[in-house]
Amino acid sequence: MATARVKRMTPYMFLAPAAAIMIVGLLYPIGYMVYASFLDWNPSQRIGEADWVGLRNYVTLLHDASFRESVGVTLTFSAIVVSVELMLGVGLALLLDRNIRGMSALRTLFILPMMIAPIVVGLMWRYMYHPSVGILNQTLKSWGLEPVPWLSDSGWALTSIIIADVWQWTPFIFILALAALQSLPRSALEAARIDGASGWQQIIHIKLPLMMPVLIVTGLLRLIDSFKVLEVILVMTNGGPGLSTEILSLRISRTASEFRELGQAAAMSNYLLLILLTLTIVMFVYNKVVESRAQAIRQQAEEV
Amino acid sequence: MPRIRFDSVEKRYGQTQVLPPFDLTFEDGEFTVLVGPSGCGKSTTLRMLAGLEEVTSGEIWFDDRPITRLEPKDRDIAMVFQDYALYPHMNIAKNMSFALRLQRVPKAEIDAKVDRVARMLGIETLLQRKPGELSGGQRQRVAMGRALVRDASTFLFDEPLSNLDAKLRGKMRTELAEMRNTLDKNMVYVTHDQVEAMTLGDRIVVMANGLVQQQGSAEELFKAPANAFVAGFIGSPTMNFLNADLVEDNGTLAVRGPGFTLDLPPDFGARTRALSGPEVIVGIRPAGFQLASDRDARGSTIDLSIKVSEYLGNQTILVTMCGDHDIVVELDSAARFQRGTTTTFVVAPDHIMVFDKKTELRL
Repeated sequence: MATARVKRMTPYMFLAPAAAIMIVGLLYPIGYMVYASFLDWNPSQRIGEADWVGLRNYVTLLHDASFRESVGVTLTFSAIVVSVELMLGVGLALLLDRNIRGMSALRTLFILPMMIAPIVVGLMWRYMYHPSVGILNQTLKSWGLEPVPWLSDSGWALTSIIIADVWQWTPFIFILALAALQSLPRSALEAARIDGASGWQQIIHIKLPLMMPVLIVTGLLRLIDSFKVLEVILVMTNGGPGLSTEILSLRISRTASEFRELGQAAAMSNYLLLILLTLTIVMFVYNKVVESRAQAIRQQAEEV
Repeated sequence: MPRIRFDSVEKRYGQTQVLPPFDLTFEDGEFTVLVGPSGCGKSTTLRMLAGLEEVTSGEIWFDDRPITRLEPKDRDIAMVFQDYALYPHMNIAKNMSFALRLQRVPKAEIDAKVDRVARMLGIETLLQRKPGELSGGQRQRVAMGRALVRDASTFLFDEPLSNLDAKLRGKMRTELAEMRNTLDKNMVYVTHDQVEAMTLGDRIVVMANGLVQQQGSAEELFKAPANAFVAGFIGSPTMNFLNADLVEDNGTLAVRGPGFTLDLPPDFGARTRALSGPEVIVGIRPAGFQLASDRDARGSTIDLSIKVSEYLGNQTILVTMCGDHDIVVELDSAARFQRGTTTTFVVAPDHIMVFDKKTELRL
């Protein structure tokens, strides 16, 4: 009896440390944040002294033009970087999925940007974007072209941070897409060649559909990540000029530290959390539906 | 249907030569089987024909058309792969019609073709399923169907039955043999299984170590193998080989080894001229032995001690010893044999094959 109970408990015992860390490191802060979002809380107060204001922070935010602009910037930024990174990453993977000399060195070079600390990436690009001494404008000038106000013009700033993010994160899509490509069944591709598929037709009809599950997960991971991006933009533009590059996480950090509105910052974080949660759940449900439909078809087919 | 000709085709991977230059011709409308142990180069030969492997040097001809530099799709071939190579994300109908859809054949025509082939193979109820929802045998049929829908002039099979269980393999082999008679196509079939080769091939090409050992009908290969390798590879159970010396005894030629002296046919002398020395290898098929006690037994006697007796119904397979060599004997009778006893068998002179010890060529 006793040994049976111990046996049954064993997996939970192994899970306990991780569960404890989750509770202390994740659930507690989230609970704290949710609670704080219902308070009118100034950093000089202790949390017990703050006034309970119910949903006021959430309602205020909905009517706050700056917050709405920030959400808009975040959505635009995320949509563009994820689609561009997917296209470039998958494209590169398709191009480099071959055995040529020095391929492994090349691959390592490709994934270097991913390994650089975000703050450093931000600094690097800020120097490159520098209006007079930056390498980009220097190069443009040497070609006799007009310099571009990379970070100082509100029209260009978003493009500039998108370029930096694409530079840093395309490798992530690239290595996952390459791994997916290399695990495709070789003989199916050979069969497609014999069936008369050209290189493009192989990509469209065979390679991409077979890579799709990996690409969907990769895209989702990047999407979630891009909603949370902070340091690179903080260093490069600090949200400016105006609010043109003020993505949500930057707005949250400024609301907390500059505007000293901890309650509102918490409410914003919760909105962000809700967006991400919705995305994840939609993806999860989509997968479940596809799976169960396939299973239903299978069952139906077996009954016939 | 074109006549396929390999003209001193060679295959190298870097510095390693896998297939030294060889010539090979597949006649129009023939079912040719390439057979050999793994690593003999048969699959590479097929894949070069398909255009999936590059040819290092030499030329492959379809009639008078050189095809060596052509893409697989321009060679008018269809292929069945060992692991079926179905497209996992397409249903069976889409799998079978992929090539036709790429060629922009009208939909009605595609449907009619897919339907006809599906009926022929008995897979018409599976058309809406995905490959993952089919059994191995069904996938095999779909792979076959995908090739047949193409209506190509030449069909290539790369060990198509080797992933099936024994029973299903036998069934599919029979169906393939039927299909061979109804389709007027060139078929090139690669297998390591000599039974498949014997039952399917109009012509069998035996390969080993990258070299074509012999080609011919199943009967030719069985009755007149060119060398010891072919003799040992074709036929089941496999041929017994014994080291011996060629000796002359009272005017008749005989082979003598430890524990046996077997007379050769009277006209054998003429064949020994090419021999490089007195040492030879004697080959006797398991069915070449008879019990000395049989009424119609004739030939030289040999004493064999019984190690194992396997009763299979119509036949009995005996594993016996001659000196320290295992000898397999196949007998029709269901007589019982005691383990450890020694029994006298006879071998008729025309059941003895003699191979040169050095060249392994048959005399």
